[in-house]
Amino acid sequence: MTDFKEILDQYSWEEIQTKIYGTSDQDVRRALNKEHLTLSDFIALISPAATPYLEQMAVKTQQVTQRRFGKTIQLYAPLYLSNECQNICTYCGFSMDNKIRRKTLNNTELLLEAMALKSMGVNHVLLVSGEANKTVEVNYFLQAIALLKPHFSQISIEVQPLDQAEYQLLQAAGVYAVLVYQETYHREVYKKYHPKGKKSNFDYRLDTPDRIGQAGIHKIGLGVLLGLEDWRVDSFFTAAHIAYLQKNYWQTRYSISFPRLRPAAGSVAPNFHLSDKHLLQLICAYRLWNENLEISISTRENESFRDHIIPIGVTTMSAASKTNPGGYVVDPQALEQFEVSDERDMETIKNQIRKMGYSPVMKDWESTYSGLIR
Amino acid sequence: MSTLQIANRSFESRLFMGTGKFGNLNEMSAAVSASGSQLITVALKRIDQIAADDELTAVLNLTKIDLLPNTSGARTAAEAVLAAQLAREALETNWVKLEIHPDPRYLLPDPIETLRATEALAKLDFVVMPYIHADPVLCKRLENAGTAVVMPLGAPIGSNKGLRTLDFLEIIIEESNVPVVVDAGIGAPSDAAKAMEIGADAVLVNTAIAISNNPLHMAEAFKQAVIAGRMAYEAGLGPITSRAVSSSPLTSFLFD
Repeated sequence: MTDFKEILDQYSWEEIQTKIYGTSDQDVRRALNKEHLTLSDFIALISPAATPYLEQMAVKTQQVTQRRFGKTIQLYAPLYLSNECQNICTYCGFSMDNKIRRKTLNNTELLLEAMALKSMGVNHVLLVSGEANKTVEVNYFLQAIALLKPHFSQISIEVQPLDQAEYQLLQAAGVYAVLVYQETYHREVYKKYHPKGKKSNFDYRLDTPDRIGQAGIHKIGLGVLLGLEDWRVDSFFTAAHIAYLQKNYWQTRYSISFPRLRPAAGSVAPNFHLSDKHLLQLICAYRLWNENLEISISTRENESFRDHIIPIGVTTMSAASKTNPGGYVVDPQALEQFEVSDERDMETIKNQIRKMGYSPVMKDWESTYSGLIR
Repeated sequence: MSTLQIANRSFESRLFMGTGKFGNLNEMSAAVSASGSQLITVALKRIDQIAADDELTAVLNLTKIDLLPNTSGARTAAEAVLAAQLAREALETNWVKLEIHPDPRYLLPDPIETLRATEALAKLDFVVMPYIHADPVLCKRLENAGTAVVMPLGAPIGSNKGLRTLDFLEIIIEESNVPVVVDAGIGAPSDAAKAMEIGADAVLVNTAIAISNNPLHMAEAFKQAVIAGRMAYEAGLGPITSRAVSSSPLTSFLFD
């Protein structure tokens, strides 16, 4: 089997860039009128040539999304386990060279945070950590999952890349989804932003979704950090990665997230700005290319953008998030990963979703489906 | 019109409804009432058995219509059997809509796991209603395994594409000893009427009603279409021919 590294190596960054910026009006119209879109059509839809067609793209995105996912928005909240980290990522609040107090939740603290989420009605939880391989490693995660499993119907994780055997342990323990973002598919730029720590290994990270897929995890979340490099080219490679994974791990669901660089302690300003207009274009392009992709929007985005995007392609939203370990009750002052932009509470967001004619969904999983030995 | 018999129950309405995808739960319950449906399906994974104030459970209970739990989300027979057992406990019913679609892209049913789960569930005294591809041979195998009905698809779930599997549905209907419920893909009332005209025993509709601009009216439209289709089937449709039938040029010599 060809792995994705081989596929990636066949492309040149510049060649894709040239193709995107050379898209013609006709290419865009052809893509818009097709029912089954290819990666070339995706290129057309993320190109500058497609921007004038944004309204048309949004209308079609709404129809396709409603047909496949209904008028529903799933809600989840992150639970930050730790902000300890041995990586230097120049854009991240948890970066090792950021000399700020570090915290990792113990069992009691974890349960206190979990109960705070439960009282908000959260049933789908995303566990997040930095990368501290000696202390916050697979055994820590397994213990956390065992503690949380009776309380949540869906547990997902967004932690450092792990080995396949470790993913298998997590799968058996009941983890539903694993999110791992490549940050950028530009090898040299990746190196620049991740100069130190295990994360500096581009290929190990690139290979991570394969290990997750082989471990039989139900869902894989992908994305790039929008702002590090040209978002159009990076998004093409993300889509190509998803296309590759879908063929090989056909029993797996895929979700895409759009982290735009947000201010964080000690972080750099983004090199490439992604405007609201272009983020919407990107969301529509993903939906029109892939009807079944789950599209997730976090509280990095502001209230107004989040409200307007509810009926345009989104399937999943985080809400009432704290991005620091202990942020809900235990230690609200702890170092956060990034500044949350939409700070509204869960009830307010649920009501906003209803106001838009959509139904907020707090539970769409049964823990029975997670963790059976395959 | 005749009533539909499944296991120990008889149904006046031949329209079953799904409860997912609605933008508003009150709209869902209004649509369910308008459809006249006597059996509505709900995903076990959507029901919160712990939270006392689960909105969906409350709305569904208000409709007073029997719930048919489904195993959507299960990828294997083992997961589905476990889910059915949980559902039996939670909703106090031994009826289950068996959905095993490990392919999350098109939600196409896995025939092998579905057959295995049907065998296991039938032995556990479940009334099994399996969602399957329009595969006539699989239908016979499911019959042998003790299924209560077969639920072949018209087109992929949520696609609204109509009866793309028409030729195979006709074979299934011709051969089946258990009721045939056409599930998935029915996008318009005319699709439902067509399914009933060819002799399907019932249809299950969800997306077409849920995402309509007026779910209430759409539910009513499906109700009428299903009645019309069934009535036409029972009355007997005339044969279709592309030219007028006149005399019998080949055999008329016999009577000359």
